[in-house]
Amino acid sequence: MILATASREKTRRDWGRRLVILIPALWLTVFFLVPCLIVLKISLSQTAIAQPPYLPLLDLAAGWPSIKDFIAGLSFDNYKILGSDWLYLTSYLRSLAIATLSTLILLLVGYPVAYGIARAPRRLQPLLVMAVFLPFLTAFLIRIYAWINILQREGLLNDVLIALGIVREPVVWLATDAAIVLGIVYSYLPFMVLPLYASLEKMDESLLEAAADLGAPRWKAFWLITVPLSAPGIVAGALLCFIPIAGEFVIPDLLGGSDALMIGQTLWTEFFQNKDWPVASAVAIALLAILLAPILIYQHLQMRALEDR
Amino acid sequence: MLEDNPDDSAARPLVRFEAVSKRFGSIVAVERLSLDIFEREFFALLGPSGCGKTTLLRMLAWFEQPSQGRILLDGADISAVPPHRRPVNMMFQSYALFPHLTVEGNIAFGLKQDGMPKPEIAIRVCEMLALVKLDGFGARKPHQLSGGQRQRVALARALAKRPRVLLLDEPLSALDRKLREDTRFELMELQEKLGLTFIIVTHDQEEAMTLADRIGVMNGGQLVQVATPSEIYEQPNSRWVADFIGDVSLIEGRVVSSALGQTIIESAAGGRLIVTHPGDAAAGASVAVAVRPEKVRIEAMPSPARNENCFAGRVTEIGYLGGVSIYKVKLDNGLNMKAAVANSQRLTEPPIKAGDQVWLNFPPDAGVVLLR
Repeated sequence: MILATASREKTRRDWGRRLVILIPALWLTVFFLVPCLIVLKISLSQTAIAQPPYLPLLDLAAGWPSIKDFIAGLSFDNYKILGSDWLYLTSYLRSLAIATLSTLILLLVGYPVAYGIARAPRRLQPLLVMAVFLPFLTAFLIRIYAWINILQREGLLNDVLIALGIVREPVVWLATDAAIVLGIVYSYLPFMVLPLYASLEKMDESLLEAAADLGAPRWKAFWLITVPLSAPGIVAGALLCFIPIAGEFVIPDLLGGSDALMIGQTLWTEFFQNKDWPVASAVAIALLAILLAPILIYQHLQMRALEDR
Repeated sequence: MLEDNPDDSAARPLVRFEAVSKRFGSIVAVERLSLDIFEREFFALLGPSGCGKTTLLRMLAWFEQPSQGRILLDGADISAVPPHRRPVNMMFQSYALFPHLTVEGNIAFGLKQDGMPKPEIAIRVCEMLALVKLDGFGARKPHQLSGGQRQRVALARALAKRPRVLLLDEPLSALDRKLREDTRFELMELQEKLGLTFIIVTHDQEEAMTLADRIGVMNGGQLVQVATPSEIYEQPNSRWVADFIGDVSLIEGRVVSSALGQTIIESAAGGRLIVTHPGDAAAGASVAVAVRPEKVRIEAMPSPARNENCFAGRVTEIGYLGGVSIYKVKLDNGLNMKAAVANSQRLTEPPIKAGDQVWLNFPPDAGVVLLR
């Protein structure tokens, strides 16, 4: 009797738990999964001069033959185009290269900043974290346009360099890869600093004392204790930056040149200039698949860390 | 116990604090403190929290630098010795085990810093694991160990480099009572076996008493008394020490006369005390007589032969502790006094109950005259 009540109680609790998961699950289905499936479907379609500009269209009201026609009309041709045309491959590689380089620079810049904040007096720390975020309260586009001003031929950077006598002639900054990386590093810094700070701030000071007591000089204690213990922050920060950078559109479009495109720009061109929705969708789906790999690796590492605990 | 005589002035101290002061801003943590600690000694720094004992230990480990004075190790100023050459290691209160390294990795950490060849490190790590009875646990991570096992790893890591002085900062405070008692004896065995100098910081007087050859009692950044555990208990040098260590009844009074090792004191509350006291106490000096509860006899009848060290009163409270019972007695002169009686027989009915009229007395050699 008691057992029966207990098990009924348990089922009720299980339902409660399921209900709690249901809300985010619904949200993700409606606003992520369904749009994804739609894009996937478009990527398997063909362009057409029509409204919407692709074929086949699914008409459920026309019954079974229509559905059969629809399925027969789908093909992987667009993916074959992605694989055969160098334009896409170079765009992908370029995006991954710029994302990798930017993420590395972000790590090199972000780590000292996060470390400095984590070692600052406790009451100053929230203030310093705010300071990292403060520029981001202004509009993103305005900040990128400001960079155009700084980097142009008669811009602030060249003025300063010439005034300091470092260069004689104005240097071309704008429309170079350096400008893209600079803009990206500037824009993504908080997303690198915050996870790093979160993991460094938890560090137990006595661990460094123990390392010193056992004869490790400071730089070695940093390398052997601080860095490995902040690994979760490093991984989280790197992923948080790498993934959106790989798909970045605005920064390369405004600061970069027009000769070599990042995949986000290629996608934009396909979609808005060529009006080729199916190829644009294929580009997007392929990018998603490429970026899924680091996320899955991260998940795997996290699970292993949890099991270790 | 080691039969070294630490007070032998011919022996050279291994560790010497010379008028060491440490200030943090306006707060004085340690004030002009001098102390010698000898080879193979188990020395305890005992005091309430905030007395400066941990600061003193941390200065020896060179985590803090003295504001004034110097610290000598084997006759040499430790500020002149580079950190990795200082034969001092510390076991931390939190253990401070490296969470991302295995037990072996933790123990080997210091050896690697010294550039010891790998095969030798492996041998030393094995030795250390055996020493702390953790054979077979080498591949575990700290979070896979129990509190007691972690404590052992911390100990093994601190001992791996074979320091001459091992510093222990409240090493047992995170363990539960039973484990703490067992570990105490293991620590003592270890210290004897290795022949090292151990300096322990603790606020637990029982721990200090059982472990240490000598105790330095600290208060307000200064050493109040440095002596063996039994001296500290039986011959405290001040009211503060007597009160801090163990249970005590303090009776304030004025010296009437002091001769032939016997001091007669007139209690401020009334009554006369005779106490065996080796030193001189000038007549008229205001002193306190400290009496430990277990040295006080409690009787239901007044003893006819006595006038001194004898007080009438009424039992206010009885604390039953199993082995002993503590009787709190309100004396007729207004003072409170405690008597401890060993429960040597199994009694169903206590002979003395709360509210009973009783007479307390103690022999002259039970009391201690305290001038400070």
